[in-house]
Amino acid sequence: MLDYLLSFLILTGAVFTLIGSLGLARLRDFYTRLHGPTKATTLGVGSLLIASALYFSTRGAGLSLHEVLVTLFLFITAPVSAHLLAKAALHLRLKSLAKPPEEEGGEA
Amino acid sequence: MLSLVIPIAFALVGLALALTLWRLLVGPSPADRILALDTLYVNTIALLVLLGIHLESALYFEAALLIALMGFVGTVALCKYLLRGDIIE
Repeated sequence: MLDYLLSFLILTGAVFTLIGSLGLARLRDFYTRLHGPTKATTLGVGSLLIASALYFSTRGAGLSLHEVLVTLFLFITAPVSAHLLAKAALHLRLKSLAKPPEEEGGEA
Repeated sequence: MLSLVIPIAFALVGLALALTLWRLLVGPSPADRILALDTLYVNTIALLVLLGIHLESALYFEAALLIALMGFVGTVALCKYLLRGDIIE
């Protein structure tokens, strides 16, 4: 039973990691590319780390909590670095595929 | 079951690393390259955790934790360089 749960978590993590990197490689402008890895890859690594924590906790030697440390750190820092990257991209005036918003009060 | 799944997971994460490396080499803007580096270190953590499960060794978590710390500092420093033209003002 635990074996199946671990296999499911490991496969989910690997597939989400691949999807995030696929988004990074395939999407067409920087802002959509930013969206891919910062969400999918973080989820994938989180799933893998949970699998690892379960695996080492059930193999004797007591509860294993190193993984929680890595997970916590990643989940705190990923949004911060994504925010900084978006700020840098806006500063460089990178082109976006989205239409610019309409100007407010132009005609009224 | 686990002995079947772990090689598949290694292949998937390896493919993800290759795609990220491609974006790092091609990436049209500096911001793209920094994003690729950021993704690269997160994928490396995934690979290290998988290796830890595969070899049944808890030794690799310290390495994963160090990579997480240093990768974050590196990303922030590079973004700061793009934003301000300098890292320590």
